Amino acid sequence: MSFAEHLPVLQVVVPLVSAPLAVLFRDRLAAFLLVLAGSWAAFAISILLWLQVRESGIISYAIGSWPAPWGIEYRVDALSSLVLMLVSGVGAVVLPYCRSSIVREIRPDTHYLFYAMFALCLTGLLGITITGDAFNLFVFLEISSLSSYVLIALGKDRRALVASYQYLIMGTIGATFIVIGVGLLYVKTGTLNLADMGVRLQDMTSHRPVLAALAFLTVGISLKLALFPLHQWLPNAYAYAPSAVSAFLAATATKVSVYALLRFYFSVFGETAIFKQLPMEDLMLVLALAGMFVASTVAIFQNNLKRLFAYSSVAQIGYIALGISFDSVTGLTATIVHLVNHAVTKGSLFLLLGAVMASMGGVTLARVQGVGRVMPVTTFGIVLCGLSLIGVPGTAGFVSKWYLILAALEKGQWWLVFLIVLSSLLAVVYVWRFVEAAYFRAPRADLLQAREASLGLAIPAWILVGATIWFGVDTSVTVGSAAAAANMLLGVTP
Amino acid sequence: MIGSETLILASLSLPIVGAGAIALCGRLPNLREAATLITAALLLSCVAPLLPMVLAGERPALMLFEMLPGLPIAFTVEPLGMLFALVASGLWIVNSLYSIGYMRGNNEEKQTRFYVCFALAIAAAIGIAFAGNVFTLFVFYELLTLVTYPLVTHHGTDKAKAGGRTYLGILIGTSVVFLLPALVFTWYVAGTTDFTPGGILGGKLSDVALAGLLFLYMFGIGKAALMPFHRWLPAAMVAPTPVSALLHAVAVVKAGVFSVVKVIVYVFGADTLVAQGGADWLTAIAGFTIIAASIVALRADNLKRRLAYSTIGQLSYVILAAALLTPLSLAAAALHIAAHAVGKITLFFAAGAIYTAAHKTNVSELDGIGRRMPWTMGAFAIGALSMIGLPPAAGFVSKWYLLSGAMGAGEWAVVAVLLASTLLNAGYFVPIVYRAFFRPPSAEDEHHPHGEAPLLMVVALTTTAAATLALFFFPGVPLALAQQMLGG
Repeated sequence: MSFAEHLPVLQVVVPLVSAPLAVLFRDRLAAFLLVLAGSWAAFAISILLWLQVRESGIISYAIGSWPAPWGIEYRVDALSSLVLMLVSGVGAVVLPYCRSSIVREIRPDTHYLFYAMFALCLTGLLGITITGDAFNLFVFLEISSLSSYVLIALGKDRRALVASYQYLIMGTIGATFIVIGVGLLYVKTGTLNLADMGVRLQDMTSHRPVLAALAFLTVGISLKLALFPLHQWLPNAYAYAPSAVSAFLAATATKVSVYALLRFYFSVFGETAIFKQLPMEDLMLVLALAGMFVASTVAIFQNNLKRLFAYSSVAQIGYIALGISFDSVTGLTATIVHLVNHAVTKGSLFLLLGAVMASMGGVTLARVQGVGRVMPVTTFGIVLCGLSLIGVPGTAGFVSKWYLILAALEKGQWWLVFLIVLSSLLAVVYVWRFVEAAYFRAPRADLLQAREASLGLAIPAWILVGATIWFGVDTSVTVGSAAAAANMLLGVTP
Repeated sequence: MIGSETLILASLSLPIVGAGAIALCGRLPNLREAATLITAALLLSCVAPLLPMVLAGERPALMLFEMLPGLPIAFTVEPLGMLFALVASGLWIVNSLYSIGYMRGNNEEKQTRFYVCFALAIAAAIGIAFAGNVFTLFVFYELLTLVTYPLVTHHGTDKAKAGGRTYLGILIGTSVVFLLPALVFTWYVAGTTDFTPGGILGGKLSDVALAGLLFLYMFGIGKAALMPFHRWLPAAMVAPTPVSALLHAVAVVKAGVFSVVKVIVYVFGADTLVAQGGADWLTAIAGFTIIAASIVALRADNLKRRLAYSTIGQLSYVILAAALLTPLSLAAAALHIAAHAVGKITLFFAAGAIYTAAHKTNVSELDGIGRRMPWTMGAFAIGALSMIGLPPAAGFVSKWYLLSGAMGAGEWAVVAVLLASTLLNAGYFVPIVYRAFFRPPSAEDEHHPHGEAPLLMVVALTTTAAATLALFFFPGVPLALAQQMLGG
C-alpha cells in the first residue's frame, strides 16, 4: 500500500501523536514545535485529501483493514474534506499565534500542557469529521470536548473556571444525549457504520426508538453547536478563554458540530420515512429565526467585545441552521458556505481581539475606546471582519447571505427574505457600536502609549482576515465544494 | 492607440492607486495634493478617450472575474454611464483644487484620510458608472456608502457621529432590505443581471410582481433620496463642504438617480413597463418629493441645508423624468444628471467659500455679501438660475425636454408639478441673490472686513459656473449621449 492510501488515518494520527510527545518533552519550545509540525502536517494532508476527493470521489479507508461495517471506516467525501481542510487550516494558523499570545495569559510552566491539549482538541475535531462510524464519532467528540474544557479553564480571568464548568455540564449532557441516540440506533439496526445505518433505517417506517434516537441526537448535537436556545454555555466560554482558544473554538468547534448534525440528518435519516414524519424543517426554521434575532439583539447590549461577538456567533449559527431548514440544494449550499465563511470571519475577529487584549489589557468597549488611533491596522481588520458579519459585498459574509436569500426565494418565501436582511441590519448596529467607540472617542489617558500588536499576533490574524476577503471575491473553492457537498447530501447528481 | 479594456481598467484602478500614493505622501502636504491632482487629471484622460468610441456606437466592455457562478464583476461603457463618468471625473479635478483651498483655509484635521477616502469614493463612482450588470453596480454602490462614511463624520464631533448614523443607517438599510432582495430576485427570474437594451424582464413576471420589483428597486436605491428615505442627505451636510459639493451634489446622489435610470431602461425596459402597468405611482411619489422638498428648502435658513433639500427635489426631477417612460423624458433624465451636477456643485462651492471667507452658514446673515465676494455670488446666481431652470443656464435645457416629454404624454399633473417647482425654486434662491447684492451689509459686518475666499476656491467655482453656462450653449455631447442611450 502506498503512502497516499493511508492519508485518511494519518489525518488523525499525526496530531494525536504530537500530544503525548509534547507532554514527554516537558519543554514549551519543543512542545510548540511538535504540535506545530503536527498541525501543519494535518493541514497538508487535508489539502491532499480534498484534491483527491475532487479528482476521484469518495475515499473509504478501513482502519486495521477490518472492512466496514464490522471495522471502523474513515470516509472522506465532498463535505468532510472541506470541513477537514477548514479545521486543520484554522489550527495551522492559530498555533503560531498561540506562542505569542499565551505568554501573557497562561503560566509558563503549563505551556507544554496547553499545546498537548490543543493537539488533542484538534485531533478530536478532525476525528469527528473524518470518521464514518457513529460510536467513533462519539469518542472523538469527547476527546475534543474534554480538551476544550481544559483549554477554556486556562483563561487568565478567574471567571474562566466557571465558564469552563458551565460548558462541562452542558457539554456532558449533550454528549450523553448523543450516546443514547447512537445506542438506540445500534439496538434497532445492529450497526454503527453511518452509511450502513442509513440503508437499514430505510425499511423502517414507524418505530418509536428510532424517533427517540432522532430526538436525542438533535438535542445533543444542538447543545454542542449552540443552537438557540441551547447556547447558554457559549458566550462565557468564548469571553473568558485565552484569546487563541476563543479564536480556535469559535472557528471550528461549533462548525464541526454542524457537520455532525448534517451527517446524521442527511446521511443517516435523510432517506427514511421517519424523518419525513416529523416537522424537523419547521423546528429548525423557528429556532434559527429566534437565534438570529434574539442573539443579535442581545449582542447589541454587550459591553465586552468578546461576549458581543460570541452572541453574534449564536446569531450566525442561526443562519447556518436556517439553511438546513430549507432542505434544498441551495439551502444546504448556504449552510456549508456559511459554515466556512463564518469560521474564517469569526476566527480572524477573535485573533484580532486577542491582539487588542495584548496591547490594551482588555476588550470592554470602555477600555478599547479610541483604539482606532493607537492600533489603526488591527482596528481596520476588526472593521473588515465586522463588514463580513453584516454581509457587505466583497466579504465572505455576502456570499453566504446571497445563497440564503436565493434559497428563500426558491421556496417563494418573501417574508423569510426580509427577515434575513432585517437581521443583518442588527449586525450593523452591534458592529457600529465598536466602530463609534474605536474612532470617535479619545483613548484612555493610560492607554495612549499602547502600540500595534507584535507580528507574531498580527500575521496569523491577517492571514485569516485575508481569507475572509478572499472567500468574498473568489468563491470557487468555498461555493464549489459546498455545492458539491449539498448535492451529495441530498443525493442529487448535478 | 490604447485598447478600450485597458482604458476601463485604468479608470477603475487609477483612483485606487492614487489613494495609495496620497496615503504614502501623508507627511508632505504639497506632494500629497499633487498626487490628488495628478490622479484626477490622469483619470479624466483615461475616461475621455472612451467618449468617441461610445458616440460611434461602440460599447467597450471588460469582464474581470466571476464572483459567484454566473455573476461576474463586469463593466460595459454605455452612453449614460459615459456621461456620469465624465461628469464625475471632470468635476473631481475642479473639486480637488477647491478642496485644497478649503481644507487649508479652514485648517482641517486629518487631511490625508480625507483625500484618501475621496479618491476611493471616485473609484466607486466610476465603478458604478461603468457597471455592466446590476450585481457589479450593487458591489460598488455599497462600497461608495462605506468609503464616504469617514468623510461625512470627518469632524468626529457628536453631531458628525449622529449624522453618520443617519447616513449609514438609511443608505445601508435601504440597500440591504430592498435592493439586495431585488437583485437576487432579478437574477433568480432572469438568470442574468446584465444591463441589456430593452430590459431583461420582458414577459417573465406578472404585472403585480413587476410592480413589486420596481418598488424594491426604487426604494432600495436610497442614494436617489426619494421620500421618505431622503433624511440621509441633509444629515450628510455635517461633512466639510467639498464633500457636500462633489459627493452629495454629484457623485453619490447622481449614482443614485443614475442607477434608477439604468434599472428602468436596461433592466425593466421602458416598453415592458409601459405594457405592464407603467410606473404611475413612481411619478406620483417623485412629484410629491419635488414639491415637499422645495417647501422644506423654502423654510431652511442654513444655506447647506437649503441646498440639500434643493438637491432632493432636483434628484426627483430625474426620477420623474425616468418614470414618464417617454423617449423625450428619458433624454431629459440623462441631461439633468449633467446639468444639475455642474449647477449644484457651483452652489456648494459658493457656500463653502462664504464659510471660509466670512464664517457664515445662514441665509439670513448674507446681507450685502455680494459686494465683498462678487465672483462667488455671481457664480451662485448662475447656479441658482440653473436650478430654477432659466436660460442661459444648463438647467433650462433639461427642463425643456422634461416639459416636452410630459406634455407629449399628456401628463398635465406633471407639468403642473414642474411649474410649481419652478416657482418654489425661484422662491428660495432669488432672495439669497437679492440679499447678497441689493441689501446693505449689517452694521456688525462692517467691523469684520473680508474679501473673496482663497484663490483656488474662486477659480474652482468660476470654472463650474462657466460650465453651467457652456452646457446651455453647447449641450451637444450630453444630448448625443442621451440619444445613443435611447437608440440602444
